[in-house]
Amino acid sequence: MAVNRMFRVCPATGFKVHEPAEALMKINAVTAVVALLVGGILALLVILTRWQTVHLLPADAFYMVLTAHGLNMLVFWIIFFEVAVLYFCGTVLLNSRLATPTFAWVAYALMLIGALVNNYAVMIRGDSSVMFTSYVPMGAHWSFYLGLILFAVGALIACFVFLGTLVVAKAERTYNGSVSLVTFGALTACIIAVFTIAAGAIILIPTFFWSIGLISHIDSLMYRTVWWGFGHSSQQINVSAHVAVWYAIAAIVFGAKPMSEKVSRGAFLLYILFLQLASAHHLLADPGLTSNWKIFNTSYAMYLAVLASMVHGLTVPGAIEVAQREKGFNKGLFEWLRKAPWGNPVFSGMFISLIGFGFLGGISGVMMGTEQLNLIIHNTIYVPGHFHATVVVGTTLAFMSLTYFVIPTIFRRELMFPGLAKWQPYLFGLGMSGFSLFMMGAGTLGVPRRHWDMSFAGALMQHEFPATAWLMMTLMAITGLVAIVGGAAYLLITVCSVFIGKKITTPGFKHISARDNAAAPVSLPNVVVPSHGNIGTAGFVAPGTFVLAIGFLISFVLYYFVNWKYLSTVWPLN
Amino acid sequence: MANASPQNSNDELSDEPIPPMQQLLDNPFALLFLGVAMPTVLYIVWGVMEIVGIPIAK
Repeated sequence: MAVNRMFRVCPATGFKVHEPAEALMKINAVTAVVALLVGGILALLVILTRWQTVHLLPADAFYMVLTAHGLNMLVFWIIFFEVAVLYFCGTVLLNSRLATPTFAWVAYALMLIGALVNNYAVMIRGDSSVMFTSYVPMGAHWSFYLGLILFAVGALIACFVFLGTLVVAKAERTYNGSVSLVTFGALTACIIAVFTIAAGAIILIPTFFWSIGLISHIDSLMYRTVWWGFGHSSQQINVSAHVAVWYAIAAIVFGAKPMSEKVSRGAFLLYILFLQLASAHHLLADPGLTSNWKIFNTSYAMYLAVLASMVHGLTVPGAIEVAQREKGFNKGLFEWLRKAPWGNPVFSGMFISLIGFGFLGGISGVMMGTEQLNLIIHNTIYVPGHFHATVVVGTTLAFMSLTYFVIPTIFRRELMFPGLAKWQPYLFGLGMSGFSLFMMGAGTLGVPRRHWDMSFAGALMQHEFPATAWLMMTLMAITGLVAIVGGAAYLLITVCSVFIGKKITTPGFKHISARDNAAAPVSLPNVVVPSHGNIGTAGFVAPGTFVLAIGFLISFVLYYFVNWKYLSTVWPLN
Repeated sequence: MANASPQNSNDELSDEPIPPMQQLLDNPFALLFLGVAMPTVLYIVWGVMEIVGIPIAK
């Protein structure tokens, strides 16, 4: 079988890009952005309904829109983009060709068909408003489950294409030593994806048979337990992928090298071993499962994964600080940060993503993963507040900032509306941070998630929330609209740049055709890490990052204990 | 070491045995096995066994 070994050299970065892989990266990224557009429009409708003053949609339309929003954002947008990231890390960063592009196209086709079929079930048939979680015995139309299964099979094939690419790169010696740290992060995401998809298959295939009448009963607790192996782990793919993107952007923008490759790789190993176990925190209020299982999975094991996140949260800004100080921004604690390129959306988006993920998503995640504290906020709007901080501020914003690098290098188009692009990460990141915070605030006051009408108008059993909860929900809606404007700006910039942006033509552009058994010529990076020289203060090469980390730990401890105090007031134990 | 030429340094580095942890981290399929086996045993199998062990109401 003929092997396509056509590469082009990117004049901007020097990367050698395998052309079949490039086409696949483009189509997956473009499809991801289309899913983001659909999910974004639906997000607007959800916000305008939960904003009680507007209360736009009737109840049945609200639940349909909320289901479609969850699936398009949490599954289709994210995983299409992650497949593009996997192909980028497997081929471009390793100077390798993509293994079996034909299978990669089959994977794409299955994912696309799956996404379309699922959206058809939810939005066109309108009889599958079962939320992202689709808990049995609440049943959806069979096409809902079939769409998800097709999508998952496609994503699984894409994961194995990535793993095959690693084998090809090693066999053809396109790199020396170990794969780059960014590729290792992508491998971590890929491994978590394989477990995630397997868990999804274990439960969604029988549920599909149940929906067509071949199976009479599915136990609801069994469903919830196995389903969360899919539902929560799918968000852990995001964490690994966006951490890899952080490392990539630190290297791209600053030429930053990881402070310690060993430590960073060790942290990714902790993700591989323990991150998926956090799925159990969705079941902390469920009877039937023992506290041993709950505590081991959410606490003992999850804290090792939390440790890994804190390592990444320390080493990424630390690496940036060291790189900046080596360039001469060495005064005081924070000159390196003040003089960072805040007008460059690749950096600003990534840094807001890092801070938002750590302070909002990370701390609230640990609080929620504590069995006793979980009772305060279980099934309240605090939960979507938490995961909008992790998945939207963390993952989506990191992916958005990577896009601003990819458009000129992979799509070879000039970025349109550069002034708007400068502001977009602030609009989206800060809007979404406020949105998450206010949801968490309302959730702490007991406002339920997935609820059409918090006023309980006409309900037999009434409940009156405090005025602060209503204020929180209004502020949530306003900041959510700011984030929607930021998301719309991203879509405008990316779609216009990719389709009608000015083409970049460079005299240095050339194709390379490598013969069989002769890999593309590679310029290997210098493996000798130079000393950091005379930078930093008081023996620390990155003192500013150290201070930020201490601030993070203090916030973490304070928030944790405030919630224990709060728990003591809501439990009538006195 | 400090005075060695880059060529010599690379030769010496290539002669050093690869530490076991690095061998593990360089083996994507061993990592794949660990990354699937750990949550399968600790989360799914353990969880399913607990659910199966719940007495059925009479």
